[in-house]
Amino acid sequence: MTPISRGFRGRRQPEGTAARLPPGQYETRDFPVLSAGPTPHTPLPAWDLTLRGADGKSTRWTWDEFAALPREKITVDIHCVTKWSKFATGWEGVSIDTLISEAAAKEVKTSAYVLARSDGGYTTNVPLADLTNGKAWIAFGYGGSPLPPEHGGPARLLVPHLYFWKSAKWVRELRFMDTDSPGFWESLGYHNYGDPWREQRYSGDE
Amino acid sequence: MTAPPTATRIPWRTATVASVAPETARTRTVVFDVPGWPGHRPGQHVDVRLTADDGYQTERSYSIASAPNDARLALTVERLDDGEVSPYLTEELRAGDQIELRGPIGGYFVWDIETGGPLFLVGGGSGIVPLMAMVRHRHESLATAAGDAHSLRTRLLYSSRAWDEIIYRDELAHLAAEDHTLEVVHTLTRSAPEGWSGFRRRIDKEMLAETAWPARENPRVFVCGPTPLVESVAGTLVELGHQPALVKTERFGPTGSVTPQSTTTKESK
Amino acid sequence: MPKRPNQRLEGGDISDRAVDSLRVDGNAAAGVLREIFASDLTTGRAKCAGCGMTRPVGALHVYSHGMGVVMRCPSCDGVVLRIARTPTTLWLDARGAVSIAISG
Repeated sequence: MTPISRGFRGRRQPEGTAARLPPGQYETRDFPVLSAGPTPHTPLPAWDLTLRGADGKSTRWTWDEFAALPREKITVDIHCVTKWSKFATGWEGVSIDTLISEAAAKEVKTSAYVLARSDGGYTTNVPLADLTNGKAWIAFGYGGSPLPPEHGGPARLLVPHLYFWKSAKWVRELRFMDTDSPGFWESLGYHNYGDPWREQRYSGDE
Repeated sequence: MTAPPTATRIPWRTATVASVAPETARTRTVVFDVPGWPGHRPGQHVDVRLTADDGYQTERSYSIASAPNDARLALTVERLDDGEVSPYLTEELRAGDQIELRGPIGGYFVWDIETGGPLFLVGGGSGIVPLMAMVRHRHESLATAAGDAHSLRTRLLYSSRAWDEIIYRDELAHLAAEDHTLEVVHTLTRSAPEGWSGFRRRIDKEMLAETAWPARENPRVFVCGPTPLVESVAGTLVELGHQPALVKTERFGPTGSVTPQSTTTKESK
Repeated sequence: MPKRPNQRLEGGDISDRAVDSLRVDGNAAAGVLREIFASDLTTGRAKCAGCGMTRPVGALHVYSHGMGVVMRCPSCDGVVLRIARTPTTLWLDARGAVSIAISG
């Protein structure tokens, strides 16, 4: 029988948030930094973003080119598999739909699966259907300011309807693939898809 | 890889608070009774797990402050502003309360008298805790004539922000007064009392050159504290000729300084 | 109620130094590593697959990410060991280590 630590409360969520919280989550007012390595510091003149098709054809945007793309402001709740959720986070970014349509003009074709690759070697896999139709962005702004490096700046993938490990920080490439390929955490016991509302945290969860 | 057999796992043990005692304004020692505790070596730490009454759990690691032969296990915890666990351990926890501990953990940052000396300990802030376990173990071993005091001669260089933030200050003064083979050197980095004639700055190369045992004596060195201090000290000691394999480090977070340092611990192969 | 370890960041300050403060020595991860091996893995010497440097596991830079433990080579920052603990399974990925030599 696990002993209860009298008087320990941890961080508590306020009333009325229950419906907004996926199962097993707690609201946080912080924005915790979880990192699997040192923070990359890629200077903007050296930064680029690549979309690469399964046939190898690719297109890339430099920072200036990326900054010239149509952008959106979005407000979303985000959910980390380590059980914290943060409501109404404000971001600014370029929709993946925009990138895909720009890439199509350069003959870069999509495939059913996507592998996001980041500075520092992190990877995560997401089905194409979870990145399109207004579900995902490459975000460069947070809370009205440029996205700071410890939160993935200059730009990170943002896929708020999945657990936040899918929102790869320091993203540099989206690689389209015909077959699914598990990324960094997906190959280490975490769920391949990661829907917080079905509490798909670990491989084997339904 | 399949899960290991349960026999090889370190179990969580229930620990009951026997007493609490403040050390400084921000730190407190908590003494636990832990039935079944297997013993530990100086420098090791424990994982602490707290469970709220709705089942919410969280874990942190803390260095063991007590010497191995003490009847009870002591942890010294510094209160971090906005911390989730440290305010509970330093302000709320009281005698009779229960938490869970797992340990002892760590085989790298450990010293006991069998390891030998001379011994040079460098601590910053709450980094003093595992070093204090070493100092206490040394003291009680020598008291039972278990070793040669001179070959185990020890110097502790301890960096604190101010005089009243020095953890274990009086106990260290008492131990050093009793034993001329133990020297304690303080440096204060933010403010010093009137009449202070000791070091008044962050640890630097000049201070280490003055206080460390000469490299040719092959001292065992243990450095513990915030990451920038540890990396700077370890790197400087290697520059001063100490063998990297004899300089062991343990880094605590969060840090007080900004610039990440590149690692300086060098390997010979 | 499922009971899973939840590693929270102590301190509310978000900054680069907070990320580097998540880096602790290898023996902060020893509790989880001990669950895998009967001997104390932190005394083993690991050869980095990235740069070939060999050093004690206890000297690797550990990033105590809430989802798992990532241990990196102090020389080249390459990932040497990755460990994740789910409610039912302990996962270890050691492809970043060419070898780990544990005496005894």
